[in-house]
Amino acid sequence: MEWETVIGLEVHTQLNTVSKIFSGAAIAYGAEPNRQACAVDLGLPGVLPVLNAAVVEKAVMLGLAIDARIAPRSVFARKNYFYPDLPKGYQISQYELPIVEQGHLDIDLEDGSRKRIGVTRAHLEEDAGKSLHEGFTAMTGIDLNRAGTPLVEIVSEPDMRSAKEAVAYMRKLHALVRYLGISDGNMQEGSFRCDANVSVRPRGQTEFGTRAEIKNLNSFRFVERAINFEVERQIDLIESGGTVVQETRLYDPDRDETRSMRSKEEANDYRYFPDPDLLPVVIHPEDIEAARRRLPELPDAKRERFITDYGLSAYDAGALTSSRELADYFETVATGCGAPKLAANWVMGDLSAALNRAGASVAESPVPAGALAQLLSRIQDETISGKIAKEVFDAMWAGEADADAIIEARGLRQITDTGAIDAIIDEVIAANPSQLEQYRSGKDKLFGFFVGQVMKKTRGQANPAQVNVRLRARLQGD
Amino acid sequence: MKLDTLASWARRLRARDISSRELTELYLGRIDRLDSQLNSFISVTPDLALAAADAADERLARGEAAPLLGLPVAQKDIFCTFGVRTSCGSKMLDNFIAPYTATVVERMNAAGAVMLGKTNMDEFAMGSSNETSHYGPVRNPWDPERVPGGSSGGSAAAVAARLVPAATGTDTGGSIRQPAAFCGITGIKPTYGRVSRYGMIAFASSLDQAGPMAASAEDCALMLNAMVGFDPRDSTSVERPAEDFTAGLGADLKGLRIGLPREFFGEGLDSDVRAATEAALAVLRERGAELIEISLPNSGLSVPAYYVVAPAECSSNLARYDGVRFGHRCDEPRDLMDLYTRSRAEGFGAEVKRRIMIGTYVLSAGYYDAYYLKAQKVRRLIADDFRRAFEQVDVIAGPTSPETPFRLGEKSADPVQMYLSDIYTIAVNLAGLPGLSMPAGTVGNLPVGMQLIGNYFDEARLLGVAHQFQQETDWHARMPAAFV
Repeated sequence: MEWETVIGLEVHTQLNTVSKIFSGAAIAYGAEPNRQACAVDLGLPGVLPVLNAAVVEKAVMLGLAIDARIAPRSVFARKNYFYPDLPKGYQISQYELPIVEQGHLDIDLEDGSRKRIGVTRAHLEEDAGKSLHEGFTAMTGIDLNRAGTPLVEIVSEPDMRSAKEAVAYMRKLHALVRYLGISDGNMQEGSFRCDANVSVRPRGQTEFGTRAEIKNLNSFRFVERAINFEVERQIDLIESGGTVVQETRLYDPDRDETRSMRSKEEANDYRYFPDPDLLPVVIHPEDIEAARRRLPELPDAKRERFITDYGLSAYDAGALTSSRELADYFETVATGCGAPKLAANWVMGDLSAALNRAGASVAESPVPAGALAQLLSRIQDETISGKIAKEVFDAMWAGEADADAIIEARGLRQITDTGAIDAIIDEVIAANPSQLEQYRSGKDKLFGFFVGQVMKKTRGQANPAQVNVRLRARLQGD
Repeated sequence: MKLDTLASWARRLRARDISSRELTELYLGRIDRLDSQLNSFISVTPDLALAAADAADERLARGEAAPLLGLPVAQKDIFCTFGVRTSCGSKMLDNFIAPYTATVVERMNAAGAVMLGKTNMDEFAMGSSNETSHYGPVRNPWDPERVPGGSSGGSAAAVAARLVPAATGTDTGGSIRQPAAFCGITGIKPTYGRVSRYGMIAFASSLDQAGPMAASAEDCALMLNAMVGFDPRDSTSVERPAEDFTAGLGADLKGLRIGLPREFFGEGLDSDVRAATEAALAVLRERGAELIEISLPNSGLSVPAYYVVAPAECSSNLARYDGVRFGHRCDEPRDLMDLYTRSRAEGFGAEVKRRIMIGTYVLSAGYYDAYYLKAQKVRRLIADDFRRAFEQVDVIAGPTSPETPFRLGEKSADPVQMYLSDIYTIAVNLAGLPGLSMPAGTVGNLPVGMQLIGNYFDEARLLGVAHQFQQETDWHARMPAAFV
């Protein structure tokens, strides 16, 4: 039987506010346990939550960016359950009335087509603390630094049909929150993580199969592998006569498998009800317009602009707008050197390769955008060839100096004086009479030999285009 | 020495007729001598009190005039007080030393109040008789065999016996007004949102409201001035222009329209309490008020609606007492579930457990709509009843409680009978309105309270009506014989 995979994602994004969603405590990562937890975060008797307005602004920006409806009135609710790192015995979240509803995100598929993924809702909530098991014997430590960290949970429709689509959606969303500047998107620190709802059904069937929810996937690779494992597990199960049960599963990256965590029967009854300590969040049309004015250029719009303004291919424009930092870098280089295509080739080629080797992000590049623009300008004005430019780039990467200084110091300036080039060509021809003979009797391939000899004699500094034209003329024997 | 009111002590302190230290020592001495008969305090804090009194005396000497400067008060043990045990009447918090101070207490301290200690109360404010306290019942100073009411029973008894001139209370369904009535003092529950709830240990967040308890309406006005005010730490706190609640006490009652809800004088009302209430109403009429019969048709639904909403909120509010971070923890837990269940089973008393179970039930999947949602709808109907009534009248009056103080143990076995003790007060919390109880007469030796209900933010009017009544009567000035 042919099976179809159905995937919906719940992405949890940590908002990059200064303080927590309901208290004034800081949310910086990596502090000593319980040093960033105030009375409110500890859930002491008598404390009350007060909503951080910055959290609402960021959620509205997200809603606008995914073309969603911003609820004029949304309500915080309590999700009640006991857990040691949940200090109040409930999590403040949004339930029946979330702040953002009915948006969508377009993803690019491998065949070049686009697909629209529905976003059911996005709601605000507080994160819980952390249980610490290492360094304790017969006990568990509790760190409440993370308790009260603002999260927005973005829930998609079950619109994805493969692990690759799920990853494309998650990447797109990741780029978006970073474009918007509402989250640092740091996946190692858990600032961007997702739960995947996965089911399979025979192709052509309209009803969904029973789904399993895979919790807490914090890398794109894990999302893809966990979904692929889960799809195979469900198909194998059904094909061998079993049935999928609705349950929560955990992905174990070491074993590359998912394991049952709890079944539907064991699931909590969260007893949601509106939090009486908090007023409904009321958002006026003016607030929405103010947020709209604060929106930066979004990835899709930027991509279109790169195609029209810079004449880039759809593929290149897509790759260069995959992150705001990369797009900004590219644009600085392109406008600085005046050659967008050259800039695109360098940014996606030599620069990206060097960054990958170093495991660095574009923001950490030792060659800043302005410096690369200077280098490319030297190609443009024919001071150096593209080939020499690679040598200069390596020296810049190593921190030697800027492009002009390296070109001067190493004497890499290109030879463009036709007289000088002709003289060298003549020398080469004179030194290789037998090759000249063969070339002239029809062995065209020897042209490359002569080019090589000329370049060698000029230590690569002769202008290659000029060499080509003049050498061919000389070899023709005129 | 004559045991004066808060207002006249304030005048005498400013006149340097007495020092705050002398005053504080006077009342600390009374607590020391007499509270063994009442059990109205959970903690007495003489060292803190004397230090605060000395500080107040210095400020008085400099001519400062903060509203409560040098005046002894007691705080209900529901308010967090830095460095002092804050038990909320529960074994669960018997070991809890608050690491911060409630806004109300902070404001009163800033106004110069001298805290003598923390008063006894029903556990987590759940009760109408003060019998659910982990620290034992409080006795009514008018009759030690009878209850003082609850949940602010310690504050009410202490003020009635003049162990302190004034105290704070909190009122979720009548917890200021019913004990004020039972003990023959004056108490007011302000409009929901008037007084910050920050640092006041939550029972039912949408109903809880703190207020003053004192001998007279004038004393309550003085206290309320220091207690109210917007607090950015409480999202449900209301921003209002500052108001002096003592300013309107002299307003006469001519033309005041007082509504008497038919439903508050019907079946279930003790005939002696009715007679005392009617006599008190006659006093108001003589002073120019017009008495108008009105109807609050949904008031019969207030007790059932309340006993859905309040337990629902409490079941969630009390989830934090899990033995993990603070409060009671069972010995040698075997595992996490054992830690939770034993800590909570040992730390909470029977009434608290009952309400947590009711609340958990009404919020459960499949029951939420039938109970919680329906109760919220009833709540709206009840508020609408009052809205319509206040189109007709300025103030609503009636008995505070259908009966005089009952005997200790009398209703302990029958929670529903206990809940009905608050039948006239609960609707006020559901609607978020201000309500006051004042001494209106006696049945035998026992006090009878009259309740005045006002429109939103109309506390000044309620206090004015009570003050005018207290110009004409001396019920509020009477003291139980054993404590004179």
